[in-house]
Amino acid sequence: MSDVRWPLWEVFVRSRSGLEHRHVGSLHATDARMAVEHARDLYTRREEGVSLWVVRSSEITASDPAEADALFAPARDKVYRHPSFYDIPPEVKTL
Amino acid sequence: MSARAEFLLRLADTSLILAQQLGAWVGHAPAIEEDLGLANVALDLLGQARLLLTYAGELEGRGRTEDALAFLRDPEEYRNLALAERPNGDFAQTIVRQFLLDAYQHELFGALTSSSDARLAAIAANAARETRYHVRYSGGWVVRLGDGTEDSHARVARALSALWPYTAELFDPDPLDESMAREGVAPPLADLEPGWRAAVGTVLSEARLELPPTAAYRWYGKRGEHGETLGHLLAEMQYLQRAYPGATW
Amino acid sequence: MYSQGLDQPGESPAAAERDAAHEAHFLARVAAEEKIEPKDWMPEGYRRTLIRQISQHAHSEIVGMLPEGNWITRAPTLERKAILIAKVQDEGGHGAYLYGAAETLGAAREELIEQLLSGAAKYSSIFNYPTPTWADVGAIGWLVDGAAIMNQIPLCRCSYGPYARAMVRICREESFHQRQGFDIMLKLARGSGAQRRMAQGALDRWWWPSLMMFGPSDADSTHTGESVRWKIKRFTNDELRQKFVDLTVPQSEYLGLEVPDPELAWDEASGHYRFGSIDWREFHEVLRGNGPCNRERLAARRAAHDEGRWVREAAAAHAAKARA
Repeated sequence: MSDVRWPLWEVFVRSRSGLEHRHVGSLHATDARMAVEHARDLYTRREEGVSLWVVRSSEITASDPAEADALFAPARDKVYRHPSFYDIPPEVKTL
Repeated sequence: MSARAEFLLRLADTSLILAQQLGAWVGHAPAIEEDLGLANVALDLLGQARLLLTYAGELEGRGRTEDALAFLRDPEEYRNLALAERPNGDFAQTIVRQFLLDAYQHELFGALTSSSDARLAAIAANAARETRYHVRYSGGWVVRLGDGTEDSHARVARALSALWPYTAELFDPDPLDESMAREGVAPPLADLEPGWRAAVGTVLSEARLELPPTAAYRWYGKRGEHGETLGHLLAEMQYLQRAYPGATW
Repeated sequence: MYSQGLDQPGESPAAAERDAAHEAHFLARVAAEEKIEPKDWMPEGYRRTLIRQISQHAHSEIVGMLPEGNWITRAPTLERKAILIAKVQDEGGHGAYLYGAAETLGAAREELIEQLLSGAAKYSSIFNYPTPTWADVGAIGWLVDGAAIMNQIPLCRCSYGPYARAMVRICREESFHQRQGFDIMLKLARGSGAQRRMAQGALDRWWWPSLMMFGPSDADSTHTGESVRWKIKRFTNDELRQKFVDLTVPQSEYLGLEVPDPELAWDEASGHYRFGSIDWREFHEVLRGNGPCNRERLAARRAAHDEGRWVREAAAAHAAKARA
């Protein structure tokens, strides 16, 4: 007999106020409240977090690695976006 | 043993027996996440028990540690609420037992944070935080099972009906309860009942369950009156210390 | 998120050329210590090997909850009880992390569990041994977790991102597991005569099975070549086994306990301990299902699964009602 499926959720934990939520893994749960409790018991037993996000995996859209070149390579040659591109005379302070 | 120490034992033993019961589920729960969830509650309850037992032993003044009290008292010396020692049964029975006591501890520890006994108040403050999560966890499951499938509903209803008579003890004060209330150590038990009934009523209603009728018979586990299951539970729990007296582990 | 838009194996010359290019690029990335992530192109063999290895690891963690779980209700002090519950809880968590990692490769947890319960999937042979005494709990923490750590640390640098990250998490949690086991053995070794004998008995029972945990000797290992090239396996079985012996023997000497191997001897020339032959017949029998506890372990997991089915179904039904 095939077992009932509990949906997969992705878990994001923020370890401290002021930091961002980071992806830590996944878990199975049937509703959001259960997902938060499972995330708390699975991923924060050692004081790893002060805040949790849980998202159904099916709700996440990931960029396609096949498109990575088109998506991310063009940023490579726009070096003028980086402060180090600019030669500011040393006499000019705080620029 | 002083009245206050005995009162502490009532609190400690209830948490300890519950922890012992939940410990048996780890590795056998319906899903990995529930192995973790039940273990979490067990660890919190065990922590509460240890602090309360240690304090009781100090008040008693006979040098009994948390382990001496846990492993070397006979069943008739245990002061847990009778509800705590009802058998695990299936997941429905375990989670209904847990929810009824979580809701109780939520009221009780909440009130004990204002105890005239500073150390008890501090233990209660920590326990109250833990219990807020326990009620959420067990209450969530009562709702899911009560308003899940026909089978799960029937199981929860059966469990509720079997366990309900044991809730009478929770709010039935005896002379020890009354003296603790007079000293401001603990709240009058009657004060805890409305909050408990409201919380339990809300969850049961969401779970499409009826409040069972009040039972006439009362069990007083808190006075050392126990059924047959506690003996087995303690025999298992205490085995190593009884078999190897005086050993260090 | 994880449904794979996998390239189908090439059927035309153009497709074959494309696959060859993908594979070359993949191998170059792995050689450069780049991590492969869930939606990256990967050879089908790599994906299958990882699902097999990761799920076996997950199954081992879940089954591994049982031998120690056996002593939760009988732990000799409240502190030991708390520690043991926390440890077994961690093991369940490790199983969950690993099933999660396997799922990023397109596997479904329910199917993986079905494979375990039907007997189709393997799990570490070590968990088919019984824990008849409290000292066995100590021996498992000291020896079995010690061996596991040795296997697991290199896996933190495995080429597949989700598996490597799960292993980092697991290794961080695992170190207390070994320490608490050693601490149990230490208290027993320094205790009464009966306790010392209990500890020695556990060491006698768990030493050789722990050595077998590292798998067959290199000469007899079928999967090693590919796994090494794909940076799934970073050290050989024999290398890790030798390292384990070298680290553990001094620990047993400190405990005052004797390793049950008359051929165990320090070899000054090589700087390693020489040790006796492993009974591979026992290893294969246990893997085949004829170890002391194979049937009990699977029966326990099947019972938990079957008896919990109504709970899982109720939760799903409740959620469906809420969404309706």
